[in-house]
Amino acid sequence: MQRYILSRMVQSLLILLGVLFIVFFMLQLTGDPVSLMVSRNASPEQVERLREEMGFNRPLIIQFGDFIGGALVGDFGMSLRHRQPAMKLILERLPATVELATTALLIALCIGIPLGLLSGSNPGSFWDTLARGAGLVGQTIPNFWLALILIVVFSVELGWFPTFGRRTWEVFGMELPTKSVILPAFSLGLFTTGQLVRFTRSAVLEIKNEDYVRTAYSKGLKDNQIYLRHILRNASIPLISIVGVQFGYLLSGSIYIETIFSWPGIGNLLAEAIGNRDFALVQAIAFFASLVVVTLNLLTDIAYGLADPRIRYGD
Amino acid sequence: MSAILTVKDLVTRFYTFDGVVHALNGVSFHLDQGETLAIVGESGSGKSVTMMSLLNLLPMPPARIEDGEAIFEDDDGPIDLLKLSKPERRRVRGGKVGYIFQDALSALNPVMTVGRQIRESIMEHLNPGEKAARDRTIQLLEHVGIPGAKSRYGNYPHQFSGGMRQRVMIAVAIACDPKIVIADEPTTALDVTVQAQIIELTKRIQDKLGIAVIWITHDLGVVAGIADRVLVMYAGSAVEISPVDRLYEHPQHPYTEGLLAALPRVGAKRGKRLASIEGAPPDLLEPPRHCQFAWRCPYNFDRCWASVPPLFEVGDGHYTKCYYDMDQERPR
Amino acid sequence: MADTADIKETGLIVDQAADTGIRAKLIYLGRLLWRDKTGLVGLSMFLIVVISAVFAPVLAPYDPLKQDLRAAKQPPAWSEKGDLSHPLGTDNLGRDILSRIIYGSRVSLTVGFFGVLIACSLGLLIGLIAGYLGGRVDNVIMGLVNLILALPYLVFVVFIAAILGQGLIIVILIFGFTDIPIFVRITRGEVLRIRESGFVEAALSIGSTRKRIIFNHILPNLIGPLITIATFEMSAMIFYEAGLGFLGLSVPPSVPSWGNMLATGRKYLTIYPWIATFPGLAIVFTGLGMNLLGDWLRDVLDPRLRRMKK
Repeated sequence: MQRYILSRMVQSLLILLGVLFIVFFMLQLTGDPVSLMVSRNASPEQVERLREEMGFNRPLIIQFGDFIGGALVGDFGMSLRHRQPAMKLILERLPATVELATTALLIALCIGIPLGLLSGSNPGSFWDTLARGAGLVGQTIPNFWLALILIVVFSVELGWFPTFGRRTWEVFGMELPTKSVILPAFSLGLFTTGQLVRFTRSAVLEIKNEDYVRTAYSKGLKDNQIYLRHILRNASIPLISIVGVQFGYLLSGSIYIETIFSWPGIGNLLAEAIGNRDFALVQAIAFFASLVVVTLNLLTDIAYGLADPRIRYGD
Repeated sequence: MSAILTVKDLVTRFYTFDGVVHALNGVSFHLDQGETLAIVGESGSGKSVTMMSLLNLLPMPPARIEDGEAIFEDDDGPIDLLKLSKPERRRVRGGKVGYIFQDALSALNPVMTVGRQIRESIMEHLNPGEKAARDRTIQLLEHVGIPGAKSRYGNYPHQFSGGMRQRVMIAVAIACDPKIVIADEPTTALDVTVQAQIIELTKRIQDKLGIAVIWITHDLGVVAGIADRVLVMYAGSAVEISPVDRLYEHPQHPYTEGLLAALPRVGAKRGKRLASIEGAPPDLLEPPRHCQFAWRCPYNFDRCWASVPPLFEVGDGHYTKCYYDMDQERPR
Repeated sequence: MADTADIKETGLIVDQAADTGIRAKLIYLGRLLWRDKTGLVGLSMFLIVVISAVFAPVLAPYDPLKQDLRAAKQPPAWSEKGDLSHPLGTDNLGRDILSRIIYGSRVSLTVGFFGVLIACSLGLLIGLIAGYLGGRVDNVIMGLVNLILALPYLVFVVFIAAILGQGLIIVILIFGFTDIPIFVRITRGEVLRIRESGFVEAALSIGSTRKRIIFNHILPNLIGPLITIATFEMSAMIFYEAGLGFLGLSVPPSVPSWGNMLATGRKYLTIYPWIATFPGLAIVFTGLGMNLLGDWLRDVLDPRLRRMKK
């Protein structure tokens, strides 16, 4: 088990190094990073001055070394637009994205797993059709479009939710979510809900036919017991992987939803930065998002190893 | 010796994508209290299907038990296993009839401790307290010969060796003192020495608890070691039923004769080819209209092709499903 | 009714489906489609989109670029102020939405098709190399594959698109290249499976050339999964293109694409909601069709999946 964790950690570090490399060289793709960032009206002198200021006329290797050095201490340079350290901006916006992603995940779990379980245990029933429909819906409806529709229906027509913005409930210095998170979370969580329904359903269908489930029946156990104690328990282990991956996807893929709902998170920051051609900030966000995903994957793998006794007590 | 289980004309079919498989075409036999009945046959002959039909462990969309009865002598009187309600069936499974599966590694839940899996059964049928269930489980583990039972209680199936795992399976099956234990090829996947140990263990437990055992196997050597009576199955029917000694000395069905002849013998002449039965078993997609062994039978004659032979009594407790009389060497 | 003599030969029934020939196979495929109607539905939906893309100039009632400010912001035909001259209404510049949707299918299908073509062919090649050569080459390739797959896709796609600018070719290349790892993985997996089954040694020992092994044994096994995954990936690319368009990072705003239309529609969402609704429906329709098709393909091409008759 320890060896497993260690090798995964090394892998993660290597990936992060690779990410740094990619993120750095993405900017160099066009040959002249400065031209990306300046407006069309800038004079050649202004461009040259900016180039010097940002250190883009130094040899590449040195730039890269500097970049990595900065990355190690969390310094990704300054955002051109906001005139603040990029990382600081990102960390400020982080809680909003976390709130959104976590709510989306919770919604997906609460709908996806029970529906998948009902569907898998009763193939051909109403629940089964509903579940397969839900799975399909999750795959085929783009979340940004759903967001627009939800706004029209629930905010404009029905007035149940605010059309945009994040409002929190201040309690003991903590910022707690309010109903403003519901529509964004539903839209964001659409795909994940579909994935969870599909996965739970197929896991249940597969596990149902396993030998040890037959043994459970041969012992005369009740159906409920068999479903919960044997089938679901076995399905929940690979479910850990799926949930982990999906959470990473939710945290890093919220750009559309945050833009549509003016949700002050990292996705919104990214859209803004792109609009402002603030590529230093874009770089920082790209790296940060990767960091989040890689860390999450690592934690998920560890959790998986702990949960599956074959790995935990493996020889 | 009274019969504890009497099965009559069991018919089971599988409705599949490729057609209807007539897995069992009228299987009949009985099991006496405390005895060991071995069921022999090749893969696909219906050995496991028969047993699983009794406890309704077959996947029910493709499978359907079409006909037959299976009278089990319960404490309160006889019941037909094939016509039970769901709660009654649950009571029988594990409580009255235990099942030992062939591959203990896949038959045990890999993410549940071994102790828990045994205790589950006890809690369901005997309903003692938590502690009493745990104690009984540890006792069972000791009975089946697992050293350090107390600490092994919390181990997972993959932490045991093959032979030990099979012992755990046995413990699961006998946990609630059933009257019958069905052992479905429990030693097929084990090596010979371990096999002998498991057979020993089974005999010991059987003597001690007075359980009737149905032992499914394709290995005639194993049969010789444990059985009181033998049931030979072929293509979904019981083709010969006999007390064990008579089967080896006077097989009455050409298939049994073929099986025995195919056993390699230690003293046989070198260079002699291994005997085998020509041909292959039928694919069961059609209901039988004549003897299913006729294609491969060296003694077949026209009556064999005209209709399905019934079970003829050829001795004390000895039956055969064949129109040819092996002793007299002529058609009946 | 089989002859008694035949029965005596063997008890086995001859397999009826052993019929070969293209015609028989097509009929078989047709029968499969009919039996599993969702596949038929998916295929039809997909064909509708393809037809609108190919025959756009014929099918679209108006020039998608033509602005008609007098008819601007007209709602769909079934509402009060709408009429049949513009069945789905017009946008803020008076352009006919139905026509723009029909033309928009061209962008989506082009991106999807060529993107998958690039990803699949390159992925296949790289996967074969990795799986067949093994060793260091394999490690390096898989390292890169795992690296790319570990990245948050959306963030990086948006990043690259922002750097490289707008343009159909750019979008196709972005999706084509970023999807290579998926196809590499599938291909390599299959190659390894065959290698590990001891099959390759056996084939080599009877004199097959490496090339023949690849073409006769590995590739046929790959066609099934590759086609299935290609269908799903194409659908995903259509989605992502719409997303990029939504941010203004796909094709230039004048070109009618579903993503661009959504971007426009968003600005007028609360007052003229139809501008955004219909392109979205087009995306959903296409995605649904391709998903159903992909599901059907997966069932059909996987020989191990057999369903039980009730």
